Amino acid sequence: MAKKLALIASKGSLDWAYPPFILASTAAALDYEVQIFFTFYGLTLLKKDVSDLKVSPLGNPAMPMPVPMPNLAQMLPGMESMATMMMKQKIANKGVASIETLREACLESGVKLIACQMTVDLFDFKPDDFIEGIEFGGAATFFEFAGASDVNLFI
Amino acid sequence: MEFDKEVDARNLNCPLPILRCKKGLSDMAAEQTLKIMATDPGSVKDFEAFCKQTGHELLQMDEADSVFTFYIKKHVSE
Repeated sequence: MAKKLALIASKGSLDWAYPPFILASTAAALDYEVQIFFTFYGLTLLKKDVSDLKVSPLGNPAMPMPVPMPNLAQMLPGMESMATMMMKQKIANKGVASIETLREACLESGVKLIACQMTVDLFDFKPDDFIEGIEFGGAATFFEFAGASDVNLFI
Repeated sequence: MEFDKEVDARNLNCPLPILRCKKGLSDMAAEQTLKIMATDPGSVKDFEAFCKQTGHELLQMDEADSVFTFYIKKHVSE
């Protein structure tokens, strides 16, 4: 019987969008059965348009910067856009997949994507905001699969 | 080495070489050999791990000019 991987994706910034989609697509390639439960800010990763995901250096002292910058300067207008632009440039230069590509790979390989119904309601998102082929469910839905999984990760 | 299909995963980073490999194998017959090229240094360990976990056989791995070439024989599915 196939191994199972259950992920919770709770973050919606460009950098944190990678781990769930990388792990899920790779696990699917290794013949795992995979489900990702998207909750809170992670729901952003299921939006039709994910081209506006951002990364912020603010409060993130481990983020490599071309020049050392005090935290206070990182809250200046434009810093987030600049950091995002730099990150996207690096992603393209290093042959790292885009989030769209990895998400597509997940869908193609049968990874089940589940949106947390409670947070969809909380943030007033509409089912129409999201890509096709996802499901909606609650914590019990997650446990139905996670309880029988070999690997469970909260991201 | 003889092969039945070739996939170019050069200049792609993790996990794309593995995903391309999986896709490449999907429409091949059992016992056929896939040649796949990659430049990601992490792919050396990753392809070993991929084969170990999926049952495909890593026949050979070569390195020349920072390009890694893998020959993978598709397993006979149950």
